[in-house]
Amino acid sequence: MTDLAPAPVGPTRRTGSVAAGRLHALLRSPSGLSGAIIVSLLVLLTFASYFSLLPYEPIAQDPPSRLLAPSFTHLFGTDQFGRDVFSRVSAGVANSALIAVVAVTFATVIGTMGGLIAGFFRGIPDAAIGGVTNVLFAFPPLLLALALVSVFDRNWFTIAVAIAIVYVPIFIRVTRGPVLSLREIEYVKAATSTGASRIAVMMRHVLPNITSIIIIQVTLSLSWAVLTEASLSFLGLGAPPPTPSLGSMIFEARTLVYIAPWTMIAPGVIVVLLVVGLNLLGDGLRDTLDPRNKGKR
Amino acid sequence: MLKTFSHNSVVHRIGAAALTLFGVAIFVFIMLRAIPGNQITAGLGTEAAALTPAQKLALEQYYGLDQPLVVQFFSWLGNLFTGNLGFSSRAQQSVLDLTVAALPVTFELAIFSIILALLIGIPLGMLSASKPDSPRDALGQIVGLAGLSIPAFLLATALLSGLASSLGFNPNGQAFAPLFSDPLLNLQQMLLPSLVLGFGIAAPIMRTTRTAVLEVRSNDFIRTARAKGVPPRRLQLKHVLGNALVPIVTMTGLQFGYLLGGAVVVEQIFSLPGIGRQVLLGIQQKEYALVQSTVLVIALTFVIVNLLTDLTYRLIDPRVRAS
Repeated sequence: MTDLAPAPVGPTRRTGSVAAGRLHALLRSPSGLSGAIIVSLLVLLTFASYFSLLPYEPIAQDPPSRLLAPSFTHLFGTDQFGRDVFSRVSAGVANSALIAVVAVTFATVIGTMGGLIAGFFRGIPDAAIGGVTNVLFAFPPLLLALALVSVFDRNWFTIAVAIAIVYVPIFIRVTRGPVLSLREIEYVKAATSTGASRIAVMMRHVLPNITSIIIIQVTLSLSWAVLTEASLSFLGLGAPPPTPSLGSMIFEARTLVYIAPWTMIAPGVIVVLLVVGLNLLGDGLRDTLDPRNKGKR
Repeated sequence: MLKTFSHNSVVHRIGAAALTLFGVAIFVFIMLRAIPGNQITAGLGTEAAALTPAQKLALEQYYGLDQPLVVQFFSWLGNLFTGNLGFSSRAQQSVLDLTVAALPVTFELAIFSIILALLIGIPLGMLSASKPDSPRDALGQIVGLAGLSIPAFLLATALLSGLASSLGFNPNGQAFAPLFSDPLLNLQQMLLPSLVLGFGIAAPIMRTTRTAVLEVRSNDFIRTARAKGVPPRRLQLKHVLGNALVPIVTMTGLQFGYLLGGAVVVEQIFSLPGIGRQVLLGIQQKEYALVQSTVLVIALTFVIVNLLTDLTYRLIDPRVRAS
């Protein structure tokens, strides 16, 4: 992970114009714009799935119309049970999105707090948090998720928790470095010397200065979380069937791919799009938010 | 003076790795306790209900479940040090034997994947860096993005079914051939899996190469070398790539974790009897001793590789050695 010391922006209240300016800059970068478009489209699918606006019930079986090729009635065709692939893919995106968002939220909150405390207070908290981080980093990420999921009772929430545990140390490491250098900066010292409590200094003066780093990390982590969830469900360790999941759909399509290629192509293309979109968005955000890129554009 | 300092920091680094491994052991131990029920009921499933109290007691004593947790932990740790990693009842083999058989397969896969990744990633990164913001840069970036975004399981499944159906190429359909008994078949069987994993790691290597090469090229000594009349090829390879190597090596080392995790997926799809498949098999068959020990072995491997990367990094970068 990169240790980037952010340029201090001071304890500014973020005004609407700053945020709007950044959004504008993001949408002007080609990767940011394409990422934003792809992600928005998939978010639409997610909402369509949550508000039951899909053309068919994702788990409704209809044996007479099984393995139909894509057509206007079934946009992405049907699978071996006659279930509508488009509806299943959309529900799968919704599921991935739910798990990824919950996992990354947990990881962000816990990891950022951990990194803040470790970097700001140093000493024993730093050593303790550093120790836990090292231990979690000693496991290859996918393997750790796999091992945790095998221990838990499996449902979407425990999968999210497992993925969160894997990503907590990343957030700790990403925030700790900048916090270490921020605590030595004049205005932070000044705030401390005026008698503000250390917690207040940490939350009001240090945290706002690492938000860009966290936002970039959140976007990239979302794409990893989607990949991890898909890999787990491909291996049969995701949410149990018949819950539609992109990974398990691809697994089931292995044997069908010769006679009904759309059963693999649809979930495959969508999972790649989801990850590409999030990666592009992350790249775009890095270009616009990373202080090291200031002035380059 | 300098030498003793760097020597000390190496010792320090090794000590930290040992401490981390101790933490890893505690973590794995706790994880196993978190399983609903205990190893007996979890392993036997519904059959556990048919055990007589005497049988149950015997099993509990065998697993050491009647002892306090701390005692259990240290006796387990002691067992590990003597090479007793447990016993797999399905395979009727000790976990140590299984692991010793599986590790070389995964190592071979890892080495081939890294070689392929470097062969794809470094030239592509240099190509991208040779003319930033040009079509060739865009090409490199797109391949990089694809590597980051296409899940290993999807690429593996697509390659396997695509090649098997169109070319009839499916060496992994046959029984696994160890490297030394049938090298030709073994290499064929390793080709697709290492290509899949290598493609995944090629992306970060490509990106790192691109950034590092661009950064090195902006240095004065490159201009000086060019002014001195160093031939372009030599300039690119020796002066630019040579100095860009440190971040590339670091990045490659960091990808080892991805490799070990990806090995689970790829070994499963291509039926390679490696360490990743062993974990998955253990999970599917609820053989917790197998899972526990194998996860521990993988973490041990990972920590050692990280340590070696760190030490190599010190070796090739004089600045790190000095500070």
